[in-house]
Amino acid sequence: MSEIFDLFMAFFKVGLFTFGGGYAMLPLIEREIVEKKGWITNEELLQYFSLSQCTPGVIAVNAATFVGSKIRGFWGALFATIGVVTPSVIIITLFANALQRLDDFPAVTHAFAGIRPAVAALIAASCIKIFKSSVKSFSGILMFLLAFVLVVFWDLSPIIIVLIASSYGLVFLRKRGNQI
Amino acid sequence: MNNLLLICFEFLKTGLFAIGGGLATIPFLFNMSEKYPEWFSSSELADMIAVSESTPGSIGVNMATFAGFKVAGVAGAILATCSLVLPSFVIIFIISKFLIKYSESPYVNATFAGLRPAVAGLITTAAYAVFKVAIFTETISSFEDILPNISIPSLIIFVVILVSLQFKKLRKIHPVFFIAVAAFLGIVLKL
Repeated sequence: MSEIFDLFMAFFKVGLFTFGGGYAMLPLIEREIVEKKGWITNEELLQYFSLSQCTPGVIAVNAATFVGSKIRGFWGALFATIGVVTPSVIIITLFANALQRLDDFPAVTHAFAGIRPAVAALIAASCIKIFKSSVKSFSGILMFLLAFVLVVFWDLSPIIIVLIASSYGLVFLRKRGNQI
Repeated sequence: MNNLLLICFEFLKTGLFAIGGGLATIPFLFNMSEKYPEWFSSSELADMIAVSESTPGSIGVNMATFAGFKVAGVAGAILATCSLVLPSFVIIFIISKFLIKYSESPYVNATFAGLRPAVAGLITTAAYAVFKVAIFTETISSFEDILPNISIPSLIIFVVILVSLQFKKLRKIHPVFFIAVAAFLGIVLKL
């Protein structure tokens, strides 16, 4: 019982003190789970992170589910997962509530008009980084362009793209064993 | 259909098909804003991304909570978050029980080799959607609309931040810093 509560608290801290998610959370999980508690080894943690990347969903949440399930089975997985999302739910709900009240202030409107191009730039920078690390061949460029064009100009659902791309990979890329 | 049920359904789909982390959920949210315009607009989504990047927690979870709140208050926030997390929870629970060698399977690797470039393309659609609401003062429907509706100060903010993020040293600066500077400029320039 106390171990499950500890799991919840450890991942609550992880959710509360990291910005950005994904690999930004790795050092904190390392400190809480590997160093302080000794529940798993560093190698195991890195393995869970690489597993989390190739599972659907948010990487940090996936890592919490993996670690929790490894340490304490179903209940461990459940409470680690709840722990990592709870701070977000509380903070964002408070924030969203406050923003609703501030909506009428012109300063807030101007601030967000300034913020939007910054957000566009931040995401565009992430796109450049992701493009460099994941598009490495001619067929990769085609798949990248196809996904972009079909969603932007044909209003196709991202789900269709995910299904097409994963079946393509499964059927055509298995034998070659190399990256697209 | 009931709004809360629709939230569950949409976020379950997002949780199941958004592969590659938090950013990968954003194209699904833009898709929702087109399907249900009364839920949130694409410029509201851009603002939610700003808040999600500047508050603790992972972007994917923050976005789901925020979007759910917009649609149906606190109940919506909790429901959207739980629905987003549920598919991966089930999948991971099964994987960790049965096969830990999952990430070494040639089938899984082949699938992801196919997926990776497409996910990059999908995230780029999100960047494009945010770019459109950030730079243009009106909704663009034809080529002639483009030039007269560009907000020059917004375009400059975009270019300066994007260029500075290409330098290794500046990349270490936290996104919150850029967002704060941009908010200040927005107020001063009355954008």
